[in-house]
Amino acid sequence: MAFMGDMMNPAPLWHNGPSPGAFYNFPGNSSSFGHTNHTAQDFKAHSANPITTTTTVIGLKFDKGCVIAGDTLGSYGSLARFRDCPRVLKVNDLTLLGSGGDYADYQYLKDIIEQKIIDEQCIGDGLHLKPRSLHCWLTRVLYNKRSKMDPLWNNYIVAGIQDGEPFLGTVDKLGTAYEDATIATGLGAYMATPLLRNALDKGPLDEESAKALVRKCMEVLFYRDARSFPRYQLGVVTAAGVTVEEPVELKHDWSLAHMIHMK
Amino acid sequence: MSSIGTGYDLSASQFSPDGRVFQVEYAAKAVENSGTVIGLRGKDGVVFAVEKLVTSKLYEPGANKRIFHTDEHVGMAVAGLISDARQIVETARSEASSYRSQYGAPVPLKYLNERVSMYMHAYTLYSAVRPYGCSVIMGTWSEYEGPQMFMLEPSGVSFSYFGCAVGKAKQAAKTEIEKLKLADMSVKNLVKEAARIIYLVHDELKDKQFELELSWVSKDTKGRHEMVPKEVASEAENQAKQALADIEDSDEGDM
Repeated sequence: MAFMGDMMNPAPLWHNGPSPGAFYNFPGNSSSFGHTNHTAQDFKAHSANPITTTTTVIGLKFDKGCVIAGDTLGSYGSLARFRDCPRVLKVNDLTLLGSGGDYADYQYLKDIIEQKIIDEQCIGDGLHLKPRSLHCWLTRVLYNKRSKMDPLWNNYIVAGIQDGEPFLGTVDKLGTAYEDATIATGLGAYMATPLLRNALDKGPLDEESAKALVRKCMEVLFYRDARSFPRYQLGVVTAAGVTVEEPVELKHDWSLAHMIHMK
Repeated sequence: MSSIGTGYDLSASQFSPDGRVFQVEYAAKAVENSGTVIGLRGKDGVVFAVEKLVTSKLYEPGANKRIFHTDEHVGMAVAGLISDARQIVETARSEASSYRSQYGAPVPLKYLNERVSMYMHAYTLYSAVRPYGCSVIMGTWSEYEGPQMFMLEPSGVSFSYFGCAVGKAKQAAKTEIEKLKLADMSVKNLVKEAARIIYLVHDELKDKQFELELSWVSKDTKGRHEMVPKEVASEAENQAKQALADIEDSDEGDM
């Protein structure tokens, strides 16, 4: 395709003269702003990596609803920077949202979702955003952003009740999405998923056993994940509504690490 | 009418020699033809009541609502041309939403009122546009500031009120509102009074059918603007009908 020349650096349209539209040099004329021979290499993306991050978020379906949990640590690289970053969000009476990854990106999207809910209340027809719709909407937003090479650096878990059935789905920063009975993002995908699936294989869970299982996973992750924190939030959604509890401290006992000898 | 034929009423951007802007006065006339709307500010919240005239039996019940949510915490009751009013509501909603996105907090009613009034006023300044043919009442309640209520007129002026009324029977409604001890009343009682006033000032001979719309924003609703629940609304409506029937009975007794 040599005949096309360098597409990123096209030759000036018109040599040895004023550029088109710039002849009279009106102030504010876009073609009169300095020289315009920027190359694609001159543009640099600054936002395509996460800064303040949160780690795993866990979602689990039980017979009559779903649980979501995530700790409240905001890490700055490996530095445990912020200790109170809540990231389990009540969207409406039948929908919960959990997020992991860049905390600023989550806050940005949270504001947008909250305004969506207000807009919907303003219409006042009694219709509400359903979990499946929120999940689908998130796939579109995240896929669209990644296609602009500027992804929102998050993993989202949407939990809720739709048509009387529990719904649990996830979307990652590329817009990849799926539904499952157990979802864990980040390091939790490796460490919590096996625990969750094992428990689920043994038969259906009720609310109490689901909560206990998620608490167990949060504990395991706290022992193993160096970006985790002992304080976490747990949210439950059932047909009766959404509850997001205040952050609780998990009990941990490092005496079990007796194989580690400090010298 | 002194304005007709003089040519001074053709544009909102021109004064008449005696210092009036007729287009604005005509807009106010449009509001006076509408069903009565009242707003009552009590000790723990604000109540809106609207006499929504039903101009055709073919409308579904609840069509052409005149009470709107502007944001979670702000309600709006409108009188006048409904299509004009809807545009004002839309403006107020986008102001509220923009405030939220910029400051991360619900918009203070004082500020929202200022913005919407400025917007309405801008439509009284140019020959290319006509003023809005509607008046709106906005209300909210917050823990910090308590109940607040403003009424905006087509001219762009707005005031804060304890009680206000616009539309056909605004005079009669105002007389009734003045009899109330608004500052001591809770929204529970105000809803009943509001329903009673709307039924009282409704002119059965001129306008046959109407629907009563009731909404409130109060301490009890946690500062959220909501339509008054069905049971409460129908109780208030029944009491209003009863009160009206009692008056008619005693009138007959006098004769």
